[in-house]
Amino acid sequence: MMTVRSTNVVIGGEAGQGLVTVGRLLSRILVGEGYRIVVTQSYQSRIRGGHNTFEVRVSPDAIEAPAEEIDVLVALDDATVAVHLAELSPGGLVIADEAFCDGGERCLRVPFKDLAPAAFRNVAALGVVCAALGLDGNSAARIVDEAFGAKHPEMAEGNRSALAKAIAWCSGQESYFRRLPAAPEGPRRIMLEGNEALALGAVSAGLRFVSFYPMTPATSIPLTVIGMADRMGIVVEQAEDEIAAINMAIGASFAGAPSLTATSGGGFALMVEGVSLAGMTETPVVVVVGQRPAPATGLPTRTEQADLEFVLHAGHGEFPRAIFAPGSVEDCFHLARKALFLAEAYQGPVFILTDQFLADSFRSVEPFDLSGLDQVKPGADPASIEEPYRRHAMTAGGVSPRLLPGVSAHLVVTDSDEHTEDGHLTEDLGVRKAMVEKRLAKLEGLRREVVPPAYEGSGSPELLLVSWGSTRGSAREAAAAIRANGVDVATLHFNQVWPLVPEQFVERLESAGSVVCVEGNAFGQLARLIRRETGFEIEERVSRYDGLPITPGFILRELSV
Amino acid sequence: MASIEDYGTYETAWCPGCGNFALLEGVKKGLVAAGLAPRDVLFVSGIGQAAKAPHYLNANLFNGLHGRSLPVATGAKLASPNLAVFVESGDGCCYGEGGNHFLAAIRRNVDVTMIVHDNQIYGLTKGQASPTSEAGTKTKAQPAGVILERFNPVAVAVAMRAGFVARSFTGNVDHLAEMIRRGIAHRGLSLIDVLQPCVSFNKVNTFAWYKKRCRELGAEYDPADWSAALKTAVEWGDTIPVGVIYENDRPPFESLESVLAKGPLVGREVDRAALAGEMMRIGGAADD
Repeated sequence: MMTVRSTNVVIGGEAGQGLVTVGRLLSRILVGEGYRIVVTQSYQSRIRGGHNTFEVRVSPDAIEAPAEEIDVLVALDDATVAVHLAELSPGGLVIADEAFCDGGERCLRVPFKDLAPAAFRNVAALGVVCAALGLDGNSAARIVDEAFGAKHPEMAEGNRSALAKAIAWCSGQESYFRRLPAAPEGPRRIMLEGNEALALGAVSAGLRFVSFYPMTPATSIPLTVIGMADRMGIVVEQAEDEIAAINMAIGASFAGAPSLTATSGGGFALMVEGVSLAGMTETPVVVVVGQRPAPATGLPTRTEQADLEFVLHAGHGEFPRAIFAPGSVEDCFHLARKALFLAEAYQGPVFILTDQFLADSFRSVEPFDLSGLDQVKPGADPASIEEPYRRHAMTAGGVSPRLLPGVSAHLVVTDSDEHTEDGHLTEDLGVRKAMVEKRLAKLEGLRREVVPPAYEGSGSPELLLVSWGSTRGSAREAAAAIRANGVDVATLHFNQVWPLVPEQFVERLESAGSVVCVEGNAFGQLARLIRRETGFEIEERVSRYDGLPITPGFILRELSV
Repeated sequence: MASIEDYGTYETAWCPGCGNFALLEGVKKGLVAAGLAPRDVLFVSGIGQAAKAPHYLNANLFNGLHGRSLPVATGAKLASPNLAVFVESGDGCCYGEGGNHFLAAIRRNVDVTMIVHDNQIYGLTKGQASPTSEAGTKTKAQPAGVILERFNPVAVAVAMRAGFVARSFTGNVDHLAEMIRRGIAHRGLSLIDVLQPCVSFNKVNTFAWYKKRCRELGAEYDPADWSAALKTAVEWGDTIPVGVIYENDRPPFESLESVLAKGPLVGREVDRAALAGEMMRIGGAADD
C-alpha cells in the first residue's frame, strides 16, 4: 500500500504523434504550478510508429520514484487503450478520441476532430488533460505560447485555439475530472532531466571540451552543452567514433581543457583502451556511461543497471578510478561537478554511471545556486615547479605536478608505455614497479574523498534495502510503504560505487535483520562487489532486467509485502 | 631563434641504417626552419618504431595508443591553438589502426602537421605487411604474398581535397625538412608521407630502390591543380613523385569554430551569471 498521494498521467501513442511534446508541455505546466514530478519516458528505437509512452507522476509533495498504476491515461491511438487499460487504477480515467474509446464509464470520449485539425490534436489533448487535472488554463496557454510562439509563429494561433476549445469542451464533463490537490506555495522551481542537470553541473565546474559519438541515452548530454556552447565558451565535437571521442577528450585535457565524453555500454566498450591510456598517462577525463540493456545493442532505448562491473574493470592493467552513480537529478549536477574536480586532482579517469531512466527523467528541482561555486583549475602553477620538471615525479600521494604544454618553458612529456619520471619510455623494471606503486597510491586520496552511502532508518532495523544510482527514489518509497505497515525498515544508498570504503557501511549491513539488494541487473552486481570488498554476503536480491525502471511497486511485489 | 641543438641529441632504440635517423634530422631542420622553439611544439605519436621518434626530440610529447595520435592531437590543438601540434608515427599506426581517424582528420582539417614514416612494413612487431606494402610482398605473416592492394595515402588525401599533401624520402634530408617547413606553414591538416627503408624487414623497398625511383616535382608543377594532383598522386612505379603534390586554401576547422575565434579554451573562467541564464532557459523558467 502506497503512502504517497500522487496522480500518474500516462500519455501513449506512436512515435511522431507529438506525445513527447504533450508530455513535456504538461510537465512544464505542472512544475510552473508548483507540483513535483517524476517523468518516465519509454520509447521504442524508431523515429515513427511503435508504441511509446511519456509518463508523468505528479504530486504536491516531494516524490522521486515512478509509479505503476495509471490514474489518467491519455491515448493518442487505439493501441494505447488496448495495451494499458488493465493498468488503470480504481477511479482512473481514460482520455481518448471518441472514435476508438470503448465508451466505458472510465473513458472521456473526446471529439478531437471538432476541436482541432489533425496537426493540433496533441495540443487539444493537452488541453483536456489540463482541464481534467484542474490546472489553470491561462498558465497552460502561456506555456504553449512560449513553446511555439518564438520558433513557429505560424503554429501559435492553431495551438492557442486547439487548447482553448479543448478546455472549453471539458467544462461540460465535470464528473470525470481528477483534480489535483493544491500545490504548496514555494520558491520557483525548474524542470530538468538527469542529462541536463549533469551537463549544467559539468559546465559549472569549468568544462571546456566535449567529444562524443551519438548514442542513446547519453546524446542529450552533449546536446545540452551544444545549446550553450557559444555563450559559455565550450568546444563540442562529434567524433568519428567512440575511440576518437575519448582520445580527443584526453588530448584536450592534456593541453588544459577540462574534458568529458558521454556514451552508453557499446560505445564505452570502444573507449576502454582510452580509459587505460588516461590511467597510464595520468590525464584527467570524465566519462559518462548512460546504461541501457545489453549485451551488444540490447534494448537501445530502455533502462538497466548492468554496467557496474564493466565500468569498474574497464581498461587493461591496474590504475585508480572513481565511479559515481547519481540517484537523482540534483545528484547528476553535484556529482558531475565532483567528477571534474576529482579527475583533475587525481589525474585519471572518473566515471558517472547513469541510465536511461534517470537520463530522460524530468523532475522539478530548485534552481542550483551557482554564485559560490568554484571551478577546476587545470594544471599546476609553473612558478611552483622545481627544476628539472618531471611530469611523473614521485610524490608521497602519487600525484605529480601537472603542467600544461606550451604555458611555460618546461616541457611536458608523457607516454602510454611505462615511463620514467620525466615521461620517457623505459623498460627498467625497478622504475616500472615504482611507477605502479605511485599510480596506485592515488587510490588512498580517492578513498578519502568518497561520497559515503546514505543511510536512513533505525540502528538495528528488521529489514535493510540496499540500492545504487537511479534506484534510490524507488527504494526509499518502498521502504516508506513497508514502514507504514509497522515494519522497521532502513535504506542504504550508494551514490558512489567505487572506491568502496567498508568502514562507512559494513556495520549497517551487519546490524540489520535481513538485507536485500535492489538493483537493475541479473547478477546482483553491487551485492557481488560488496561481498568482494567486505566479505558480507547479501543473500536476498530484488533484480529487474526487463528494460523498465525499478518502481516502488516492483520492489514491494518482489518482497511479497 | 631556435637551433638544431635546442632539440637535443639522444641515444635511440633503432637499427643501424634505419631511415628514422634521417627522418629525425629532417624534423629538427624543419622545426628550426619554421622558427619554432621546443616549448611551442607538441608531438603526438602512437606505437611502433616510428612512434618512438619524438622521444629523441626535446619537445612536448604525448606518446599515446597505437593508431590514435590524430584524435589526441585534435583535442590538444582545439584546447590550446597556440601550440604547433604534430602527429608523427608509422604507416601501420596512421593508415591501418588509425585509418578512420585519418579520413576524419582530412575532413575536419584541424591545423596539425602529420609526418608519417612510411617504410611499407611493420618493424616493431618484426615484419608483417603494412597497409602500404606492395601486393605480393612476402612476410612471415603473409608467406604467399600480400593479397590486398597497396593503400595509397597520398592519393586518398588528394581525392578528399586535403589541405596539404606532400611526399618525401629520407634519402634527401633537405627536401624532407622543406616539406615539413611548408607543412607547418600551411594552416589546416598537412600530410607528409615520408618514404624510408626498413633495413631489417623490408628487403624489397630498400634505400637504393627508393633512391632510383623518387623524382622531385619540377618548378612547372602546380600543386593547386587538383586534377593534375590526382594523376601525380597515383603515380607509383619506375618513378615516384616527391614534393608538394597538392595544396589548397580550405579554411582550417579552428577558423570556423565560433568558440575558438574568441581565443584558446585554456584559462577561461566560468561566467556564472550567463550559466544561471542557461539553467533557467533549459529549465523552462526564463524570465518572462
